[in-house]
Amino acid sequence: MKLDREVVLHIAKLARVDLSEAEVAMFSEQLSEILTHFDVLSAVDTEGVEPTAHTLPIRNVFAEDRSRPSLSQDEVLALAPNTEDGYLRVRAVLE
Amino acid sequence: MPDLHYLTIHEAADLLRKREVTSRELTQAALDRITAVDGRVQAFLAVTAERALAQADAADARLAAGETGDLLGVPVAIKDVMATKGVPTTCGSKMLEHFVPPYDGTVVRRLFDAGAVMVGKTNMDEFAMGSSTENSAYFPTRNPWALDRVPGGSSGGSAAAVAAGEAIYALGSDTGGSIRQPAALCGVVGMKPTYGRVSRFGLVAFASSLDQIGPFTHDVRDMATVLNAICGHDDADSTSAPVETPDFSAGLGRGVRGLRIGVPKEYMPETLDVGVRARVEAALAALQEQGAEITHGVPLPSTEAALAVYYVIAPSEASANLARYDGVKYGFSYQQGATMWENMEKTRGLGFGAEVKRRIMIGTYALSSGYYDAYYLKAQKVRTVIRREFDAAFEKYDVLVAPVTPSTAFKIGEKTADPFEMYLNDVFTLPVNIAGLPGISVPAGFVDGLPVGLQVIGKPFDEETVLRVAQAYEQTADWRATKPPL
Repeated sequence: MKLDREVVLHIAKLARVDLSEAEVAMFSEQLSEILTHFDVLSAVDTEGVEPTAHTLPIRNVFAEDRSRPSLSQDEVLALAPNTEDGYLRVRAVLE
Repeated sequence: MPDLHYLTIHEAADLLRKREVTSRELTQAALDRITAVDGRVQAFLAVTAERALAQADAADARLAAGETGDLLGVPVAIKDVMATKGVPTTCGSKMLEHFVPPYDGTVVRRLFDAGAVMVGKTNMDEFAMGSSTENSAYFPTRNPWALDRVPGGSSGGSAAAVAAGEAIYALGSDTGGSIRQPAALCGVVGMKPTYGRVSRFGLVAFASSLDQIGPFTHDVRDMATVLNAICGHDDADSTSAPVETPDFSAGLGRGVRGLRIGVPKEYMPETLDVGVRARVEAALAALQEQGAEITHGVPLPSTEAALAVYYVIAPSEASANLARYDGVKYGFSYQQGATMWENMEKTRGLGFGAEVKRRIMIGTYALSSGYYDAYYLKAQKVRTVIRREFDAAFEKYDVLVAPVTPSTAFKIGEKTADPFEMYLNDVFTLPVNIAGLPGISVPAGFVDGLPVGLQVIGKPFDEETVLRVAQAYEQTADWRATKPPL
């Protein structure tokens, strides 16, 4: 399966990653090649086989419903590039 | 007195206990060694000398008060993928260049509580994606045994630091071989415990169903000591297994007489480097000499598909995990755009390196509408098949023994042009992550002056037998006596 320029740009949009023209060309080549190596999967018989999401024999993990100390708002917002009045600040969301 | 910078943990603890050295002296020896060799090895992204000496003084005070502990006062290096409060944690990425975590990860906190002295944060492939440490956004780390070669990856800095005597032990993380492969290429012991054995809280996430923290040490006895300190259930990680941690040190020294060792057929292919094959065969002969029963040709037929399973599942999980780097909450942020989306896309385009973007693209594609069943769901089903094949093998054998890597360390730059060629490095290690098993790499000699690793793979939560086999082999040879020509 060859990933053309349009498909690469579509995936980049889904992943919200800006790519340069050189990267679009490079990934079109490389991703296509990598995908051909995935064909080996179809050769494995998985009729009636359940998928494995993780290897532990546990499903849901419940915690007691009580509050615990956490990081302060100040400590966490200090990491953010742009804040205002205790909020994270971003550019307009609607175009 | 031996070179302080090349002590094992147990040798260092012994000298500390007898008051023959102080933690400050051990720490200064490690820092001096870093000053002497790290300009060439480049194992560290940050050396935290001042902080280390303060931790050493605190450890000396605890020792003077009569406290004892295997790790108390002993210098450690920590892969820059683990959150360290007040110390930058870059993950080898420009995205986190200025990120200073407001908390310690669980494993880091456990080590600090035990009195460990952190000398610095080690270099790595960006977001732990790579097999050579060449994907670091900062600089490549060099193999202490041959400075024109890679140390392996992604925990290449931690492996090189221990091999070069810059820390007595180190921590790394292993998603597809990122501890065992660099341990093999640098000639130190490296172990990935069973998935769920060690808390991932404070480990920057790459592929959450595969990631596991583990140690690098000079010998198997030290490995057991560090595992004792870092393993155990943690409420902060819902994938932390609710199981008891045995005393891994107590299980050592029992030899391998009567143990059944299987050698997977698919891990000894025609294409295996002849030198590596010879070292693995010699190690198997040594284990047989010690009384183990060796069976060759054990079938793990889906091994060939494991590489594809890994390169679907790991990038898929990564594409979701790395969605958090949006330039809004923390990390690198592009702010010149007109809209939020433009800023987010530029932040991620500029902040991530090529391999990270490549994997985000693969994962996003594999999870996208119309391809999910063919790639991600299919890979998860084949993952079940791979697990069953290991289960079947472990009905007949106590452990499996194999090479760690198909060859010794390759030259810097040799494999960077072809991503798939690079991925093939992990062909013998990533099935172990897919099945969530414990695996160790223990030094097995040299080929043309470059280290070779022997891999021992165990049943889930049976680290004890893995350590026992690794130590039995280790005691038949004295590879640690040979040091890198630095």
